[in-house]
Parts: sequence; structure tokens; C-alpha cells
Amino acid sequence: MINKPYIRLKNVSKVFGENPDSVIELVKNDIDKNELQNDYSHVIGLQNINIDIPKNKIQVFMGLSGSGKSTLIRHLNQLIRPTSGEIIVNNINVTELNKKDLINFRRENFAMVFQKFALLPHRTVLSNTYFGLQIRGVKSPELENTAKYWIDKVGLDGFENYHPNQLSGGMQQRVGIARALANDAPILLMDEPFSALDPLIRIEMQDMLITLQKELKKTIVFITHDLDEALKLGDNIAILRDGKIIQSGTGQDIILNPHDSYISNFTAQVNRGKVIECEKVMKKLSKDTFSKITIKKETKLEEAVRIMISSNINEVDVLNSKKKYIGTVHLNDVMASIINPIDEQ
Amino acid sequence: MSILTEFPSIDTETLRSLKKTIDSSFLNFSRNYGDNIESFFDPIRFLLIESEQFLINTPWPIIMAIIAIIAWLGSKNIKIVLSVIIILALIGYFDMWENTMKTISITFVAAFLAIVIGIPIGILMAKSNHFQRAMNPVLDVMQTMPSFVYLIPVVMLLGIGKIPGLIAVVVYSIPPMIRLTNLGIRLVNQAVIEAADSYGASNSQKLIYIQIPLALPTIMAGINQTIMLALSMVVIASMIGVTGLGQPVLLAIQNQYFTLGIFNGFAIVGIAIVFDRISQAYGKRIQESHGTADDK
Repeated sequence: MINKPYIRLKNVSKVFGENPDSVIELVKNDIDKNELQNDYSHVIGLQNINIDIPKNKIQVFMGLSGSGKSTLIRHLNQLIRPTSGEIIVNNINVTELNKKDLINFRRENFAMVFQKFALLPHRTVLSNTYFGLQIRGVKSPELENTAKYWIDKVGLDGFENYHPNQLSGGMQQRVGIARALANDAPILLMDEPFSALDPLIRIEMQDMLITLQKELKKTIVFITHDLDEALKLGDNIAILRDGKIIQSGTGQDIILNPHDSYISNFTAQVNRGKVIECEKVMKKLSKDTFSKITIKKETKLEEAVRIMISSNINEVDVLNSKKKYIGTVHLNDVMASIINPIDEQ
Repeated sequence: MSILTEFPSIDTETLRSLKKTIDSSFLNFSRNYGDNIESFFDPIRFLLIESEQFLINTPWPIIMAIIAIIAWLGSKNIKIVLSVIIILALIGYFDMWENTMKTISITFVAAFLAIVIGIPIGILMAKSNHFQRAMNPVLDVMQTMPSFVYLIPVVMLLGIGKIPGLIAVVVYSIPPMIRLTNLGIRLVNQAVIEAADSYGASNSQKLIYIQIPLALPTIMAGINQTIMLALSMVVIASMIGVTGLGQPVLLAIQNQYFTLGIFNGFAIVGIAIVFDRISQAYGKRIQESHGTADDK
């Protein structure tokens, strides 16, 4: 990563139970989760988490329920305090902040979107949206104007005076997102924001987030249990299991080189053509004449197949961002990469 | 074997001297500090007398109009307003207007005090588990101790009159206010509180923007209960000099005047219905403006 880390977690561990400090050394020394649970009746939330989260990117944490992903995201804004370790956000160690500084730090740096929306049921869409601003002491009319702007942005124009219970789940989460964006905090924490929504609405919301992010370029930490969602949104993906990060990298890295069978079980279900880019498949040839049709190195395999078939060709040249030739992809290689490597399983 | 048939108790002599010591020390205390304590309650006495004078001296059509307007503002329901007017008219027609005004006055002052004291205590209980554990037995005592018993020290301290009566009414009617405020705040959805925390809300911001508004329907139920209990206490309080509808009832009990008792009893029921319908309709309206369901 070229970007310097914006959020850094150093050896973060979280233990739940009567006396977490009594077992923290064991946890640091990599004790097994089950052993700790059976012999010491403490539960591991997170174990020795180390990760750098770059600025202005979408960092996804993926894991099944109980993997510690919701615990992890709550450590960033200290809704949960770690048992040990450091969490550095924008050069500030948030674990050392006192209560008052922490409140201010949250106001200035974080906005959060929740799985179950967590809207204020007694407030309208408008006053839900300006909640974060109100907390920070912003006054009317800036309060309403900013809220109104973001309500329009998320496509809820005209619903300002509705109450949350009058809206569908998708619309409620749009309010949740408007509330988070209205705050104009540099870091957006999203805890499974789309998991409670219908599949079609979920895709709509993902597309909306991608569109918004192109414009906003916030640092987004996104939690999901859905690998497809992770691959679609994440610039970087970290996979959690039992409170540990078992693999971290780009979507392609994870698909092409799954760390273990646990991850390859997930990746087997994935549409690889939508994730892998031509750069990974191309072969550099020394040639003088180039094909008329060319593609960019970031082009996904599925798109490359579509181009080749529609133009009735079986190989196409790949150009880098400076429009320089860097390689050629062949239809056969592309197809071979799209189908799942069954033998490896 | 007498130990099995008769419970081993402390001997009569010790018991008698124990009672004597407590009684005489309390008597000394009330002799020495009674006046100070009485003057402490002067502002409340002032409030009580002023509100009573206002209700009695204002011409009855104006009072009736004011109550009807309050009923309308609270309930926005013309049926409730009409029944309120009919009940008040019947009370006036059977010559119980003045006593009814006295009762409404003390009920209002008592309910006002119970709300002003009860809500902050309820909030503290919701914020602190230690305080809740300490308060619960106190509230149990307040609710179950026969009211005659705590009338005794109050009368010893302050004599017979409006103030001791008011104190007795407040003590009896405040527990639901405290309990329901506590409950209402504790029942606020934790997810919403977490959301407020994540946006950096301070404790007082959480209280003002979230916990109190969301607990309001429950708090309103507490206010309703407090008013009802205050009303039901006025008969007992009349034994220590609280004037109003309670006194004729007391007179009726002592002399077996059946009709007098029934009329005044019904007058109490009547104003209870008036208070209850108005405050319930208001509570319901708050709840509706909050939306019927939380996000689950």
C-alpha cells in the first residue's frame, strides 16, 4: 500500500469474563480459544490483532458470526475497550484518551452505521439525520440545511418529516447512512449495514455506497459476513476467525491465494470473473503489431471475455494506465482462470 | 418446653424502656426543631394556600372553562371534554364545588411535588445500580407501610394541618413516579444508546435527546398513577386536618351518614376519572407521535 496507515491496530486483544487481566498473558501467547474457555472460563473476543488501515479506502472485515468482527469495529471508536494493545487513529492512541477527550474524538472522527439501523424512533428523518451535528453543537439553520442535503443525496427527498417506523428497512438504512454522512467525519464505521436488507435492496445500497465513496473518499471500515459483498466493496479485505485475522489483502489476493481451506471454502462460491483482473492472467509477449482492441489492466476477466466474444477475437492486448502495452490475455487462459480450481479442494 | 410454644421475646421491661427512649427522644427532637422544620415548609404552605384560594375564589364558570381547555389540550378528544364538563356540573349541582376545589388543589400540589422530586430520583436510579439497590427497600416501605403509621411522626413534628397532610400524600403517591421513571429509562433500546455513544453524545445529551423522550410514555403512566394515589389518600389525610372531600367522608363514617358518604365518595371518583382520562389520553398521544413501534 502506498498510503500510509491511518488507523493502526497493534497487538489488540479483548477478553470477556470475570477477570480478563488474569488471563491476558495466555491470550497474548496465542492460547487456543477453546482451551481458554474450558480451563479458564474466559472468552476471547479478539486475539493479537495487527492491521494497518489505509486512508480514504474501504477496508472490509469479513467473518462469520462469533468471529469478532463487530467487537473489532467497536474498538476503533472505543465503544469497547481492549484488554491489551494499542489503537492508533490519525496518530492518536485512542486507548489512552480520558472520557471527555474520547467524546470529543468520537464527535470529530467517527460516524457509524448499524446493522439494525439504531435510528431514534421518536424523531423524524430530518432530525435523525442531524443528530450527530446537534451533538456537536451545530445550530439551526445549518443543522437542517446539512441534513436536507444528505437526505437528498441518499435519495430520500420528500421523506424529511416521516418517522422511521413509517419507512421500509432499505429506507431506514438510507437514513442511517445520511446521519453518518451529515456528520462529515473522516472515518465511517459500517457494522453489517446491509445484512438486514433484502438481496435486491442490498445490491442497490452497495452501488449507492460505491457511488458516494467515489465522491467522498472517506476511510470506511466495513463489516460483513458476505464474501461477495466484501469483494465488491473492499479495497482491502481482512478475514477474521475466532478473533484472529487469518488473511488480509486485496480481493484478488484472497481469491487467488487462499491462506487455508477455511478461506478456500468461501472463495469456491465466488464468481471469480468479477474479481480477478486481467493483469493476473496476461502473458507478456514480445511483438511489434498490437491488436486493434485493447483493454486496461484493471479490467475484470468477465468483462474481457465479453469484449473478446463480441469482437470475435481470442486474444487482446492489455495496456497500463499510461496506455503502454504490458501484456496479452488469451481467451483460453481467461476461461481457465474463471472456472473454480476444483482439484485444489 | 415453653420455648417451643412461646416465641422467645425480649422481656417486657426492656421493650417498654426501648419504646420509651425512642418516643421521648423523638419528642425532644420535635420540640427543639419543630419550628425550624415548619418554617422550612413555608413556601409549600404558601403554594398550597394560593392554589386553594385561586380555585375557590375564581368564579366557577371560569374554573370549569380552564379545566375543559386543559382536557382539550391534553386529549384533543371532544368526548372527554364533554364528560369532564358533565362531571364537574354534577359535582357543583350537588353542592360539593368548594370541597372539590380544595381536593383538586391539594392533589395538584402533591402531584407537582411528587413529579419534581420523583423524576430526578428515578433518573438517578436508572443511572446507578447502587442507588437503585438502596432505593428499592425505601420505596417498598413507602408503599406498604400503613399510612397512619407515618402520619404519627409527621403530626408530632408539624402538628395537625395542611402541611403534614400534604407530606403524607406525597410520601404515599411518589413511589410509582420514581419506579416508572427508572423503568422507562432502563427500557430504552440499548442499540439506540450505543448509536448515541458512537456519535460522541455526553451523558446529559443522551438523557435529554434520547432517554427522557423515549421514556416519556412510561413517565406519563407514572404521573397518572401518582395523581390517582394522591386522590385516594385525601380521605385518610382528612384525619389530620386536610380539608376537602375527605372531611365529609370522615364525618359520614363517624356518624353513619350513608348518603353524605356516597355523594362525596362519588365526587372523588368523578375527579379521579377526569384526571385519569386527561393524563392517559395525553400519554397515548405522546406514544403515537413517537411511532407505534421501535425499530427491532
